[in-house]
Amino acid sequence: MADTNEKVLLDVEGISISFGGLKAVNNFSIKIKKNELYGLIGPNGAGKTTVFNLLTGVYKPDTGRIILDGDALTGKKTIEINRSGIARTFQNIRLFSNLSVIDNVKVGLHQHHEYSLFEGVTHLGRYRRVEKEMTDKAHELLKVFELDESAEFKASQLPYGKQRKLEIARALATDPKLLLLDEPAAGMNPQETQELMDTIRFVRDKFDMTVLLIEHDMKLVSGICDRLTVLNFGQMLAEGETKTVLNNPDVIKAYLGD
Amino acid sequence: MNTTSKTFRSNIITLGLVLAFYAVMEAMLKGGMLSSLMKGLLVPLCYYMILAVSLNLVVGISGELSLGHAGFMCVGAFVSAVFARTLGANLPGMVELIVAVIIGAVFAAIFGFLIGIPVLRLRGDYLAIVTLAFGEIIKNVINAVYLGVDSNGLHVSLKDVKSLGLEDGGEVIIKGAQGIGSLPRNSTFTFGIILLLITLFIVINLINSRHGRAIMSIRDNRIAAESVGLSVSKYKLTAFVISAALAGVAGVLYSHNLANLQATSKNFGYNQSIMILVFVVLGGIGNIRGSMIAAVVLTILPEKLRFLSDYRMLIYAIVLIVMMIINSAPKVVEWRKVMAEKYFKKDKKNADGGEV
Repeated sequence: MADTNEKVLLDVEGISISFGGLKAVNNFSIKIKKNELYGLIGPNGAGKTTVFNLLTGVYKPDTGRIILDGDALTGKKTIEINRSGIARTFQNIRLFSNLSVIDNVKVGLHQHHEYSLFEGVTHLGRYRRVEKEMTDKAHELLKVFELDESAEFKASQLPYGKQRKLEIARALATDPKLLLLDEPAAGMNPQETQELMDTIRFVRDKFDMTVLLIEHDMKLVSGICDRLTVLNFGQMLAEGETKTVLNNPDVIKAYLGD
Repeated sequence: MNTTSKTFRSNIITLGLVLAFYAVMEAMLKGGMLSSLMKGLLVPLCYYMILAVSLNLVVGISGELSLGHAGFMCVGAFVSAVFARTLGANLPGMVELIVAVIIGAVFAAIFGFLIGIPVLRLRGDYLAIVTLAFGEIIKNVINAVYLGVDSNGLHVSLKDVKSLGLEDGGEVIIKGAQGIGSLPRNSTFTFGIILLLITLFIVINLINSRHGRAIMSIRDNRIAAESVGLSVSKYKLTAFVISAALAGVAGVLYSHNLANLQATSKNFGYNQSIMILVFVVLGGIGNIRGSMIAAVVLTILPEKLRFLSDYRMLIYAIVLIVMMIINSAPKVVEWRKVMAEKYFKKDKKNADGGEV
């Protein structure tokens, strides 16, 4: 996998952010190659989600730069960054809970399937054709995540594990180049986690996707990640091939204490 | 396809109810079974339903509490009344009415846009208070305006009739707090129902379009909506402007039902805005059909309760509370569902599809 000649998709160099006096993330750099499954791990409060928030424009970095596939994304807004090709899921699931499962995915498809407000209000013109395209595409995506059966349920009616999957489906619907997963296995039992690992691999292969994920479940991390970066107190502790990193004494110390 | 057909059926029921309401009222009208009081309520019922449906777009679908809805109604009413007295004065009644509706909607939409830009940056209670203030401002400004027309065109003043400086033969149209007189009074129940149907058509279609989904997704989770690339302010403003335009339409219907139009705290004040909000809340936030039914019941009820004289408002309040319980108390809702299943169980699958 780790062919050095492969193209770098995400190139982050030296981003930092402070909240008040606290350096939440300090001089963070990462290079993710196309089609790679990359893990970001670290103890609680290490700044992992803050890195995601910096990458997706929720926070603006104080220093450093973010480049995705040649586009400079530093300082851009969330919606611009999504349109440039980064989609994410959230640690605490954020679905459109009163919309149906399929509508959640259709909202993800929104940017790529257009008709005017007038056509929307009158249901004339492109409305029927575009809506049908969206419905077909959404069903296709839901099938991948075995959510097709529950397409017409309200999102909040889904069991927890399926809600996580729906979030991934929604993110993929925006047709991203890079998918950020924030603790996708949180709250899942071992069997669900195993299924999730298969799904993530499948997504990578089927959609030719690059994935950066935050995870605490070491089984998942060692099972699917090609490479890892370890954060601790906002600092990068280690990076490299998964096996090497997980055997690094500093990393073991950060996780287990002295 | 379950929910899709279910929403479709629900929309058909809504439209059917409006048509049935129209048919019954028309039949009673033709048969001379309506009291003069009820006759007088027919057009108001239409504009109250339009107001309820349009406010539901902001409160229920977009999820923002707006307390200035009567302000947009006021804009529609006055703009269309001025039109009726000036450019529209020589047009045939129906044409004048149709053009007035378009003008009223456009002006209310412009106001909705201008007010929406700053206001929609706020959230929750703050938004409610600022919209309330804007509603009052619109009403009070109109109360202070003097408008006249002569061969040189329109003259505006905020002082008095004299300062308009009209030449001989000029005509005063808006006389400050005295408002606008000698209006055509050409709105009819049928026309009101048509406007209501158009309103429903627009709102229901919007909900079932990509724009409607975007608006609802922002309501459900703003951060997630941004993360999939939706512009929050754009879609909030869309809902707000469409809602304002439809309130403007209701205003046109209102002004064309009167001989003399004034902006008072009774018709365009915050009491009115809150009344419309009560329709929406009582009918179920986001429930289009419910808000229309609430508008009808709460418009007719106070009139029908007049024989109670002193106890009228007491009974009215009790009815409000009872309606609220029937609509929202979890036990009652559950009981209603059980009953509905018992009497209308056609296919069990629908029932298993769960609560929408």
